[in-house]
Amino acid sequence: MAVTIAEVGRSTARSLSAGEATGLLLYRNFLAYRRAWYIFATGFLEPLLYLFSIGVGVGALVGDFTFNGQSVPYAEFVAPGMLAASAMNGSVLDSTFNFFFKLKYNKLFDQMLATPLTTLDIARGELSWSLLRGGIYSAGFLLVMLAMGLVSSWWAVLVVPAALLIGAAFGAVCMALTTWMRSWQDFELVTLATLPMFLFSATFFPVSAYPGVVRWVVEATPLYRGVVLCRELTTGAVTWASAVSVVYLVAMVVVGLLLCRRRLDTLLLT
Amino acid sequence: MTLSEPGSMIHAADLRKSFGGFEAVRGIDVDVRPGEAFGFLGPNGAGKSSTMRMVAAVSPVSGGTLRILGMDPATDGPAIRARIGVCPQEDTLDTELTVWENLFVYGRYFGLPKAEVREKVEELLEFVQLTDKAKAMVDDLSGGMKRRLTIARSLVNSPELLLLDEPTTGLDPQARHVVWDRLFRLKQQGVTLVLTTHYMDEAEQLTDRLVVMDKGLIVAEGSPLALIAEHSTREVAELRFPVAAEGGTHEPLAESVADLAERVEVLPDRLLLYTHDGEETMAKVHERGLEPIATLVRRSTLEDVFLRLTGRTLVD
Repeated sequence: MAVTIAEVGRSTARSLSAGEATGLLLYRNFLAYRRAWYIFATGFLEPLLYLFSIGVGVGALVGDFTFNGQSVPYAEFVAPGMLAASAMNGSVLDSTFNFFFKLKYNKLFDQMLATPLTTLDIARGELSWSLLRGGIYSAGFLLVMLAMGLVSSWWAVLVVPAALLIGAAFGAVCMALTTWMRSWQDFELVTLATLPMFLFSATFFPVSAYPGVVRWVVEATPLYRGVVLCRELTTGAVTWASAVSVVYLVAMVVVGLLLCRRRLDTLLLT
Repeated sequence: MTLSEPGSMIHAADLRKSFGGFEAVRGIDVDVRPGEAFGFLGPNGAGKSSTMRMVAAVSPVSGGTLRILGMDPATDGPAIRARIGVCPQEDTLDTELTVWENLFVYGRYFGLPKAEVREKVEELLEFVQLTDKAKAMVDDLSGGMKRRLTIARSLVNSPELLLLDEPTTGLDPQARHVVWDRLFRLKQQGVTLVLTTHYMDEAEQLTDRLVVMDKGLIVAEGSPLALIAEHSTREVAELRFPVAAEGGTHEPLAESVADLAERVEVLPDRLLLYTHDGEETMAKVHERGLEPIATLVRRSTLEDVFLRLTGRTLVD
């Protein structure tokens, strides 16, 4: 049996296109997650539980209120906020903990770099995976919103791509930041950043509740941009101002991805 | 500028690697020919692994010229990596996947079609005797099995050049012999092998030609036999004495037999007499009235060469 060289009729190894490389990284992650699907499920449940507790439960006490000059039930106000937050959560989990494990413990990227794959392939593939995960969460959440009658515009169709964008923005930036993490303790910093954003980025109450400067700070956070974008889409209040959020989030994707690739070069190709 | 020898698998001229201010590889010249088994020997920190990483096209060259399969790793990294196999020092297996999936996914990274990779995985599992472990998770494998899986993985793209960084370090004797046997077979099939090791018996068994590295430089080069002939004698007579008293050495004893050997090495518990004919030397030693507690006459090995060239001082 000849296991190497010159096997007639066999293809030779070659470099991959960006699309092929991304597909393979997704496939690898799919295989790994197949055995841990329940981990996948918890990320979906969290925002759903918040929707029922705060949106529906607390909403019954709050009643309708005015948003963008129109009266909306409280649950309909909270739901897009939870959608944006779920896109963030799904992608942050993959781009911090899981990315760190692959980088430092599983040495997954070292293995990949011994093949024709490049650091850009890795950054792109891992980001696509967290995107896919965020996308599945958001699509599922949108279905729940539809079933509960919390959607009042056809613009809502665009909320899935918007959620993907949110996921990509957080994923790219978190992957880049994770390359600087030294140990698991450092991930407390992630919670320290995402939890306040989750609670205060106009997710549960309008940004108009904040006084002057604080309001500016909140409006500058990435989750706020995501939340208002989703809310504008599901309530049909889309304006040119929505483009600001889109540009903000696209910039995060590009900067995060390039930074991540550079950091992987420095860490792995020494 | 140096031109590559025609058909050279690896060509390095004045190759250098630095990390910050530290120079790990300080200008080495190496040419590896197709089909040969080539070894890098040296103590820890000699620059072997740094060299291997540069050859594997995952570590940028700091200076000098490096060509792998005629290509420049700085510009043709992916194309080079497509045609070589790498078995790193530590097993970097994908612990979230099964044995079979490890090989299959890895094979797909090389752009090979699914059906072909599937066929190849079966062949490789057989080759490294892991067929019945195909569905096991990597963490459930023994050290030897993991090593064999890593070797199988490095073969999934049918490489022309196989790089093995300390292929048998940490394995028990049985597992080492299985690995050696597989490497022999690959060599017979025409695969060019490049390996690093600090096991001298491994180097003698496996390599046609080797270089000894020390502190980032090549200090000797040749076949195992040629190196022994050049840097040691045919035989070694070992005379064992009680360990020298505190502060004392066996230096005076060594002086009394210095003329009987080409070279005498003094260790705390014994004298090593490097000589052409060990038995004859031993007889003369006894004639002089020396009474060692034990004696041994043996052939010189690569280990003698290695210790002579790189010293007995412990390197970390």
